[in-house]
Amino acid sequence: MTHHRWFTPWLLVAPAAVWLFAFSVWPSINTLVLAFTNARPLGGEHFTGLANFGRALNDDQLADALVNSIVYMLVCLPLLTLLPLLIAILVEKKLPGIMFFRTAFYTPVVASAVVVALIWGWLLDDRGLVNGFAQWLGVIAAPVPFLTDRWLLLFSAISLTVWKGLGYYMIIYLSALGNVRRELHEAAAVDGAGPVRRFWSVTVPGVRNTMLLISVLVSVSALRVFSELYVLSNGTGGPGGRDMSLVMLIQLYSRGFTGHLGYASALSLVLLAVTIGPMLLLLRLNRKAA
Amino acid sequence: MLLLLVLVLTVSPFLWQLSTSLKSLQEDIYTRTPSFLPQQPTLANYAEVAETIPVWSYAANSLVVAAIVVAGNAVGATIAGFALAKLRFRGAKLLLGLFLATLVLPGEVTIVSQYVTVRSLGLADTLLGVALPGAIGMLNVLLMRTAFQAIPREMDEAAIIDGATAWQRLRHIGLPNVRGMLSVVTIFAFIGAWDDFLWPLIVLTDPANYTLTVGLQYLNGTFSANPRLIAAGTMISFLPIMIVFAVLQRFFFKGVEEGAIKG
Repeated sequence: MTHHRWFTPWLLVAPAAVWLFAFSVWPSINTLVLAFTNARPLGGEHFTGLANFGRALNDDQLADALVNSIVYMLVCLPLLTLLPLLIAILVEKKLPGIMFFRTAFYTPVVASAVVVALIWGWLLDDRGLVNGFAQWLGVIAAPVPFLTDRWLLLFSAISLTVWKGLGYYMIIYLSALGNVRRELHEAAAVDGAGPVRRFWSVTVPGVRNTMLLISVLVSVSALRVFSELYVLSNGTGGPGGRDMSLVMLIQLYSRGFTGHLGYASALSLVLLAVTIGPMLLLLRLNRKAA
Repeated sequence: MLLLLVLVLTVSPFLWQLSTSLKSLQEDIYTRTPSFLPQQPTLANYAEVAETIPVWSYAANSLVVAAIVVAGNAVGATIAGFALAKLRFRGAKLLLGLFLATLVLPGEVTIVSQYVTVRSLGLADTLLGVALPGAIGMLNVLLMRTAFQAIPREMDEAAIIDGATAWQRLRHIGLPNVRGMLSVVTIFAFIGAWDDFLWPLIVLTDPANYTLTVGLQYLNGTFSANPRLIAAGTMISFLPIMIVFAVLQRFFFKGVEEGAIKG
């Protein structure tokens, strides 16, 4: 039995439904179509079969980007799964002023990736604070080329991502920690378990599902990295363009009048292919939790 | 103690940038024994950055985009979430399934065809083109639906017996009970729109139309300017969002405790 006119629900969902089709469903279909064309910003668009994918197979920059993505993911995964948990434990206690610390730790999340990358770019500059300080201490003789070396640039971007992500995952852990039973901790303490032991035997099992969720989120967002690498390398993708990420390549080919939208769409499908694994895992976890 | 260490690690880069932005040209910022406090704090860099790039109109552009996105989500996601949670209609299940399915797709995957769509609407290189796709976020619709679902069924039934229309139920029962989630959704919508970089970078081509994030990268890349100017620019982008967040953080953390960002 309904208690409203038949069109009322449709009126209410109409805007969202329009957005769903215009900006989610249709672009998904269109990406699939464009990937098999030579579409350009100006002028014609012809079906070219698998040409874009053939080109992708021989694209050295794409190979570099895939290597970068995997390195990015493998380094971010352990760091961003564990460190935010430790920080969440630090700020879990109901101390006076703890809200200040929570807010402060969340600050890098609120700031734009561009802002954060510009700040780090200055810190890691040849004549920036980090190099200056290390030279003053005498740890290094010449500045470390954080931003101009192929691998150092990648690792600088990774540390920036980790630094910016700490607060975000800390918050998710924080709401999970609330569900870990206090009695378990107390019982373990009575049995003589130290803090380290209690962390591994009580806290970690208690937040296991959240940990899985976070490791999926971290993996997917590592594969999607863009702003950090773009800003730190000033849009160049580092020495020889070898520090491109997948999304940087997509942006590179979709921009401006000389863009190659067909190839950019094919690269988008490559991105989808690498993120789909963790994403499906996430869906399964969600279903279990529900 | 550890708390303080983490605090220093998270906050000091921002303070260092703030300090750099206040240092005058006479002060050596490259020295190996740098001072954390500017010797003679000056706002000159903020004036100078505005002469190099139209930083204030970039800020206004970002604000316009953020306002459209916030308004669109506050209204569009709320009414759709209400209909999906509380009204029965044919096709609701299918629609819900589609909303859920979009979450699997990283936004970057469809960004190229998104651009093609926006361009065919004649909105390439416009602020409306930047704001439009995110004006109703699919995740926000689902979050609002979850919030409406948490309202006990009995309240709705009582209202229906009293002859309340769907609209009255939304206003008098729905909205007062979803304030927590609504505030999280709007705060995130604002932060997301203000901070976004990739999408405006693709849509906007004329430097006159840039949003703040794109403009900052433009300043950094094109003028390879003196670090004091870039520092001043980053502060112009960072301070507003920091203030918004600091003022609203109570609602934010409360909403989060109610389980808002778990999915």
